[in-house]
Amino acid sequence: MNIAVLAKQVPDLVEGVEIDASGKAVDPTSIRYILSEPDDHALEEALLLKERSQARVEVFSLETGEAREALFTALAKGADRAVTVQTGQESVPDSHTTAKLFASVLHASAFDLIFTGVRAIDDLDGSLGGLLAGYLGLPYVGLVRKVETSSDGGTVVVEKEYPGGYAAELEVRLPAVLGVQAAEQPPRYVPVSRLRQVMKAAKVEEETATAEGVEPLAVGRMYKPEEGKGATMLSGGPDEVARQIADILSERHLLR
Amino acid sequence: MANNILVVAEHFQGHLTDITFELLGKARELAPALGGQVGVALLGHDVGGLVSELGAAAVVYAADRPELREFTPDAYAAVLGSAIGHASPRVVLLGSTSVGLDLLSLLSARLNLPCIDNCTAIKFQDGGLVATSQIYGGKLFAEVLLTQRTTLVAVAPGMFPAEAGKVSGKTQVVQFPHELRPPEMRTSFRRWIEPPPGDVDITKVPVLVAVGRGIQSADNVPQAEALAEALGGAVCGSRPVIDQAWLPKTRQVGKSGMTVKSKLYLALGISGAPEHVEGMRGAELIVAINQDPQAPIFSVAHYGVVTDLFDILPLLTAEIKTRQG
Repeated sequence: MNIAVLAKQVPDLVEGVEIDASGKAVDPTSIRYILSEPDDHALEEALLLKERSQARVEVFSLETGEAREALFTALAKGADRAVTVQTGQESVPDSHTTAKLFASVLHASAFDLIFTGVRAIDDLDGSLGGLLAGYLGLPYVGLVRKVETSSDGGTVVVEKEYPGGYAAELEVRLPAVLGVQAAEQPPRYVPVSRLRQVMKAAKVEEETATAEGVEPLAVGRMYKPEEGKGATMLSGGPDEVARQIADILSERHLLR
Repeated sequence: MANNILVVAEHFQGHLTDITFELLGKARELAPALGGQVGVALLGHDVGGLVSELGAAAVVYAADRPELREFTPDAYAAVLGSAIGHASPRVVLLGSTSVGLDLLSLLSARLNLPCIDNCTAIKFQDGGLVATSQIYGGKLFAEVLLTQRTTLVAVAPGMFPAEAGKVSGKTQVVQFPHELRPPEMRTSFRRWIEPPPGDVDITKVPVLVAVGRGIQSADNVPQAEALAEALGGAVCGSRPVIDQAWLPKTRQVGKSGMTVKSKLYLALGISGAPEHVEGMRGAELIVAINQDPQAPIFSVAHYGVVTDLFDILPLLTAEIKTRQG
């Protein structure tokens, strides 16, 4: 079984995200990129399948942000091949463009499964997995938390999350695209020494992709929520704040 | 026709879900100004009994067949695509839910229609429709101007009142032409998996101490448990905490977890991403402690403190124990 994992770079929210001078887009210079967290789970689930059923795992990433580092990390974790997709675009493109770029690279390849994170924090125009499946004419299931291969190899059985802790078990004919919410176990850790070793010994390959015919959404403006709007902010030293919170709870009869 | 709004109904275990009524209420508000009417797409099997609850819509586009008994993205997208082609609405409203999210992107690519995800508001502005989407974990909002093309809009659950869409009454039921051939039937439903039994049902606990990524490791969870114990409550968590297995799945609040309406929700080190807020917005009193003054949790909290949660947590637990003797 051949599995492609699409690993996207997204802004690290810990560093913050700023709006550019036009007021309609994010300022790319304000961003430090990291691997999208659901994509890390998608990679983990693919690696679990590899361990259980001898799958081959190839990881693709658009050449943005820290993509190369993320790809070397994927190789260190056990991926068989890593590819940066050259797009000629400077910042991270929208979801539709991203889907078309990946579709142009993947359509000729023989993958049984394509894994992505179910969504990314910058998905304004939908999520990559469903869009890619639509362009490639493949079935798609999102919010997946578990994937098992069938004995004949022609289908997979997946668990799709629903509210309230429910899940649906679905059988999906291959080839298919899956949007992973969470892997069956937390994404594995790679020691820095192992990563250094892989960066010396292994290589990240390059492929080129194009996307045409995407009409971007017309963004009128972007804005930040007003800081603390809605919340009454408490200030003072830790002792004082603890007392204030206890006062509030006491007033509302929440202390026993 | 071209100014109509089509709502995609969702049902779970034989009942229409809240998001259906939230979307219907919003559609009813927008339709008159748009000069159109509200339609609703109802896909399923043996769902005729639900039609009487859809009085908020003028037309129900119904597809009732065994293959649609439970949601599968493949078959639902195929039939819903036919409904959209038949009704040719200006706007299709879906929930940003387990069902709606799959349909949004699949249909956008298959039908070549624009789509907007995770919307928190839709309004008229300068003669056009504007959808507001929450992105970057709630740290930014983007206002998108809708064009004349049919646009698929996914709305976050809990943004609009469901009451406004709960209208019973007679509605015209329209069957629309659609086909389900083997190429659209590549995904089949096998069974429902019930939530795992938990020691505590967090939807019934009046006081919740919720921990997010800011709790840093499983080793720190007992500190939150000590506070919960002092308050006679329970500990719950946001998605990252559950995914790291620091708390069991039964304690997850938010999308695909529980929706809680506790008397007190103490959010410790939770940024307030939309997926989490969806599950706790309805709590009566929300107190948030977070290091980041720009954390979106402060937009939904009643009281907020910008600080390292570990500076406050032991002091607060001690203070509460003292007061309770």
